[in-house]
Amino acid sequence: MTDILFYVFATITVASALLVVLNPNAVNAAVFLIVTFLGMAALFVLLEAYFLAVLQVLVYAGAVVVLFLFIVMLLDVKGGRRRSFQPVTAVASILALALMVGAGVLAFSSRNLPPVESPEQASGSSLKAFGEQLFTTYLLPMQVTGFLLLVAMIGVIILSKQVRPVGRGN
Amino acid sequence: MSVGLEDYLAVSGLLFAIGFFGVLLRRNTLIIYMGLELMLNASTLALVAFSRYNNTMDGNVFVFFIITVAAAEVAVGLAIIVALFRKRQTIQVDQHNALRN
Repeated sequence: MTDILFYVFATITVASALLVVLNPNAVNAAVFLIVTFLGMAALFVLLEAYFLAVLQVLVYAGAVVVLFLFIVMLLDVKGGRRRSFQPVTAVASILALALMVGAGVLAFSSRNLPPVESPEQASGSSLKAFGEQLFTTYLLPMQVTGFLLLVAMIGVIILSKQVRPVGRGN
Repeated sequence: MSVGLEDYLAVSGLLFAIGFFGVLLRRNTLIIYMGLELMLNASTLALVAFSRYNNTMDGNVFVFFIITVAAAEVAVGLAIIVALFRKRQTIQVDQHNALRN
């Protein structure tokens, strides 16, 4: 049952990721990005990282894509006008894909990976364990991340402020 | 045959490759940025899979930090794109060639 779900969600995720990249219209690409993130959240659920799945839906499918849609609407994006790919970059990308998949197959199929442990031993599922880790072992990274969010907020305010030319114009 | 770590890693690699395609092939800055997000998400999927199959917590916590930093990064990046659009009136990357000459 879990296997079928994995294949379904993996297919949805990969297919909508392809549609994100190949879609000429930026709005449609953003909507397919939501589908990709939801599929990823489902994969997180299959990996028993429930908290991360909720976070993925809230932060990515909620906040990030809404931000993307805001910007797409704000800037004038003329849909349906994708220029054809340059052959050099197309060949380079296909080569990169082949290298990446080849490296993955070489690295992970030849050697035996550790077998699946019993699910009740998976420690990533419990929210309590998560909070405990965050506020004991990872306390300093937690604080640094909070500070980073503050810095990002200030940076965004400064970047999006209209800069008036000082002194002589232009 | 049951789904194992290598299947998750295959999906993750595929997603990373697709995002990489997007960054290389597209001209629209916003779609390039979406490709970057896809690549970031692919790496988080790999981290969660490794964490699950090694029975540790650390990968999950790391992904938590990655999601936080990615949210901040998206905000700053989109602000930069808007500032660039204000200055140049375009978001196509091949027209941002101010450093060319």
